[in-house]
Amino acid sequence: MALLSIKNLTKNFGGLCANSNISMEIDDGELVGLIGPNGAGKTTLFNMLTGVYEPSEGTIDFVRDGKEVRLNGKKPYVVTALGLARTFQNIRLFQNLSVIDNVKIAMNKDVKCGVVASILRFPMFFKEEERIEKEALELLDILHLADKKDELACNLPYGEQRRLEIARALATRPKLLFLDEPAAGMNPQETAELTQLIRRIKDEFHISVLLIEHDMSLVMNLCERIYVLDYGKCIASGTPAEIQTNKRVIEAYLGEEV
Amino acid sequence: MKHYVNKNTMTWTLFAAVVFALIEGLILADILDSYYQVTLITICINIILALSLNLIIGYSGQFSLGHAGFMAIGAYCAALTLAKLPNLMGLLLGILIGIVISGIIALIIAIPTLRLRGDYLAIATLGFSEVIRIAILNMDVTGGAAGLSNIPKITTFPVIYIFILITLIVIVNFARSSHGRACASVREDEIASESMGVNTTKYKTLAFVIGAALASVGGALYAAYFYVINPGTFGFQKSIDILVIVVFGGMGSLTGSIVAAIILGFITLALQSFAELRMILYAVAIIVIMIYRPSGLFGNKELNITKLFKKKERKEAK
Repeated sequence: MALLSIKNLTKNFGGLCANSNISMEIDDGELVGLIGPNGAGKTTLFNMLTGVYEPSEGTIDFVRDGKEVRLNGKKPYVVTALGLARTFQNIRLFQNLSVIDNVKIAMNKDVKCGVVASILRFPMFFKEEERIEKEALELLDILHLADKKDELACNLPYGEQRRLEIARALATRPKLLFLDEPAAGMNPQETAELTQLIRRIKDEFHISVLLIEHDMSLVMNLCERIYVLDYGKCIASGTPAEIQTNKRVIEAYLGEEV
Repeated sequence: MKHYVNKNTMTWTLFAAVVFALIEGLILADILDSYYQVTLITICINIILALSLNLIIGYSGQFSLGHAGFMAIGAYCAALTLAKLPNLMGLLLGILIGIVISGIIALIIAIPTLRLRGDYLAIATLGFSEVIRIAILNMDVTGGAAGLSNIPKITTFPVIYIFILITLIVIVNFARSSHGRACASVREDEIASESMGVNTTKYKTLAFVIGAALASVGGALYAAYFYVINPGTFGFQKSIDILVIVVFGGMGSLTGSIVAAIILGFITLALQSFAELRMILYAVAIIVIMIYRPSGLFGNKELNITKLFKKKERKEAK
């Protein structure tokens, strides 16, 4: 049974069909790429998978602790609690909060200390805060952000903001991580570092990754399987080698042969 | 123990005690006569109201214009309880009843309105506070337009000072917990917040309910000081007055709200002798201040007593 299975997923915005009839499967521990020209509907698909949009048709099923859960119509915070986390294409950090608070907020769903216990500062509160602090620092350490923990998120350079987005998503303890163009705006060296980082995260946290990316060197290097979208439809899927020689994919990117 | 007794808490406790001793001393020495005491108590009540509104606007980013409504609930609950039980116990009981009722009403209001954002939320909360005011105006038990009078004067400076401290502790402890951080994340970016597993509706409602309950405490203390309350006191103007304090002090800065309440209290006092010109001068003063400090006195920063002392020590060491 696949970790995430999507069947015949369709999303209409009024008369515009952003995604039509998309089916996809992601297995445990897999690194899957999702590519396609601009406007192909990749981010729309992400938004449906994470609960931001409700699908017009089709089903999304996610396996959690051996049980299949239907994600259709679930709110984003419920989806996240089930074990799907994401980053955003146009960075959406909590700009005016510190780096470590950004990570701590993502851990909020697992905090056991209630509101009254927090206000009255029961001993449990300090125990929980210490645990959160420790775990947040460990995560920042892995993403090389530990020395910036008290800086405001908006003061970080671009590449570090992207890494903080990943740290924040990991803090929700996901089983499946969605990365929306993590290498956008990075130079080749930063992209190479990011490739290493994603591979390391996948192994260390035992998670599956679904990756939207335009940078082909990153996608071809990293992904085990690739899905290609064009005009809202899935036009091809397979290993990087298969995709590179696929006629329809080349047509989608470069146009038809004359 | 180290969590409860450390340098930071000790400094603040000491600071609070010194401020209290100073003002209480001035009252006992009759330097602050009854005329100035009215200003003092007004400032104190405004501090409680501004702090509670700051929790809603500054921390969780929900623009509410309905604060006077919750203040009215607290005031009437206290006045009615004090009519039966005219002593400190009566006031405390009245405050408790006010907290419960305003909390429940805030919850009922929050469910439909907190789906709205920005200006729409402001208008909706404004509407609800008017509904509360008009309901009070038309009920028999509240005395209609004439309001309630002969309320025993229970609120004294020590009583109100203790309630300011309680309000501060509740808000600071809430803000500096995982729940407070969740509220701040809703303010920063609601979509990202929800995608990180924060139940945004829950946290918006929570901040709104706590803020409303604390506003009713301010209202109760008001009723137990000024003898008379009527629905006109808790109109739109009152909500705006509190909003001005919060914006002036800096949204998200608690010490800013306190300092702003004190400064605006003094401005009002200084302008007493100008009669009709008073409101115009008050408005001009606020406009001037907002031009020079557009994000409020303190922005979203806090005044830190511990650090102030440290700076002094360092200077002296040099």
